Amino acid sequence: MKNPTVSSKDINSHPAAAMQVLVSKEIAAHIRSWRFNILILLIVLTFGASLYVSSMGLKDAVSNMRDPDQSFLYLKLLTTTDNSIPPFHVFLNFLAPLLGIALGFDAINAEYNNGTLTRLMAQPIYRDNLLFAKFLAPLIVVGTLFIALVLLMIGGGLLGTGVRIEPQELLRILGFTLISVLYVAFWLSLAILLSIRFRQPATSALTAIGIWLFFTVFFPILVNLAIRPFLPNPNYISEQEYLAYNELILNLLRLSPSQLYTDATTTLLMPSVRSLGPIAMEQMVGAIPSPLSFRESFLMVWPQVSGLTAAMMICFAWSYYIFMRREIRS
Amino acid sequence: MKDPIIQLTGLTKSYGKVIAVDKLDLQIYPGEIFGLLGPNGAGKTTSILMMLGLTEPTAGTAYVCGHNATRNPIAVKRKVGYLPDNVGFYPEMTALENLCFIAELNGLTKSYAQACAKDMLHVVGLEQEMHKKTGAFSRGMKQRLGLAEVLIKTPEVAILDEPTLGIDPKGVDEFLELIKRLSKEHNLTVLLSSHHLHQVQRVCDRVGIFVGGKLLVEGSIEHLAHNLQQQEGVTTAITLEAPGDMARFEEALKTLPGFRKLTVTGYSIELQTDADVTAAAVRLLVNSGANVVAVSRNDYKLDDIYNTYFENSITTKTAHEKSNGFFKRYQ
Repeated sequence: MKNPTVSSKDINSHPAAAMQVLVSKEIAAHIRSWRFNILILLIVLTFGASLYVSSMGLKDAVSNMRDPDQSFLYLKLLTTTDNSIPPFHVFLNFLAPLLGIALGFDAINAEYNNGTLTRLMAQPIYRDNLLFAKFLAPLIVVGTLFIALVLLMIGGGLLGTGVRIEPQELLRILGFTLISVLYVAFWLSLAILLSIRFRQPATSALTAIGIWLFFTVFFPILVNLAIRPFLPNPNYISEQEYLAYNELILNLLRLSPSQLYTDATTTLLMPSVRSLGPIAMEQMVGAIPSPLSFRESFLMVWPQVSGLTAAMMICFAWSYYIFMRREIRS
Repeated sequence: MKDPIIQLTGLTKSYGKVIAVDKLDLQIYPGEIFGLLGPNGAGKTTSILMMLGLTEPTAGTAYVCGHNATRNPIAVKRKVGYLPDNVGFYPEMTALENLCFIAELNGLTKSYAQACAKDMLHVVGLEQEMHKKTGAFSRGMKQRLGLAEVLIKTPEVAILDEPTLGIDPKGVDEFLELIKRLSKEHNLTVLLSSHHLHQVQRVCDRVGIFVGGKLLVEGSIEHLAHNLQQQEGVTTAITLEAPGDMARFEEALKTLPGFRKLTVTGYSIELQTDADVTAAAVRLLVNSGANVVAVSRNDYKLDDIYNTYFENSITTKTAHEKSNGFFKRYQ
């Protein structure tokens, strides 16, 4: 064996090094995979389409004097639509789960079925390094993708319109990006959890898609069905009670991560949104229809952001727990 | 004697009521090739996983390279290369990339890992396939790549779990020769698990026979054969041309040293003695006027070792061996 002599500079025994190697391998594998490229194409296409639609209607939106948000050109670019297709953040509400699921549904069980897990575990790395790498790598890729997209949008807007971007707009757009990544992170950690739980990638993918469909399609219907029998006729109850019921329904809907995401992005991208629930006329008295500051909007969505983070953490902690105790052998 | 590099004391693993490994005590010394032999389901893989700290033992300790494998698995994994029984690689990566990845995980820098990986692929004879994706690799090529991966971390101990499984006979020969050569060149300790005694005996310095979670015997193959001979004696079968004065022959044979038992069936005599007395027995018979036409001596060979120790388990386990081990035994 022609084994070159090992010098100290060839060995990097820093514990973070193994993690780095794992993450970069994962990123490379994702970027090279067909699956990810198709998803990127899908997202870039929807982004392009919604941007095209919004830039067509931009002139009307910006010159609409009755809209308190009319001066935020770049937020308008993200949210305006002529109703032919939904704006990007609504699209993302559907696509982000798909992205998260697609990047995570075979994270562990594919390694298991390929026979690479035992081999990997026999290397001097900690078991949780693998789990972290499986979680971090897709997020880095998705984060880069989203940031690149919004920066492209801002750049394009600057070139096309010549309008200066408000610092507040930039913050809001970055906040939107961050929350989108967080939303993807939730679905990713759920998918990883299922990939540990189920041996077959197909089973875990189907289960994840099932959960996603449940939350986007059936959950609102279910909440409606569950509440309706208890709901008195709105004509016979006081306004207070009516509001309380409304609040209850909204809170139940907020158990769904997609509702949290919708709330959070709508508030961030539309500065004039003042409340996520019903407001009484009395509360509105004296309010000037003006946009909120970034800080106020952010404070408003803080519960949503922490809710999403908590859901993600629970999924991740759970997968961590079952993965650490899992027998490695096949 | 040197300090053992692998020391297992009272290693036990039970899954619920099923005891996979039962109080295993084993010492393996630096530089030797040890064969862990046993039928499938004997607990070989479980023992190996415990040595690597991948499975927690129910009781007992495993010290490998001076580290407790359960408490300090990372230190053990740094010094031990492991080739699992169903080794797999990332199918979308090339052989070189797969190897570099593992090398980098072991702390080698990128450029050094690249150089090392190329060397290793040369050693195991895969230099032509370096840039092929491993998805297209045959079983034998995967095993070779697996061996390259074990070697690239310059281990002190190499643990190979069923390394010959699924390779054709010629490939097995080459593979075992490679292991033997590398072990001698680098003073590498090798622990080899297999259910294929015929292959293992060629390379192993010592073997341990492991059945039903218990280590029944350990020692060199010659030692085992010798022990078996002590236990069972030597059987010599002598065939005569025509039945002569059988009673006289019997009397003569009974005077042989270490005589145990004698059975006469038709023209043939079966003689059991402590040690080999074939020549003396034939001389005696000839002197007594018998016409000897055939003599066969029963040496205790591998098959007997195998049968004696695996007997019980073979009859119950052959039906579901991992990958047609049943046929392989009769190759």
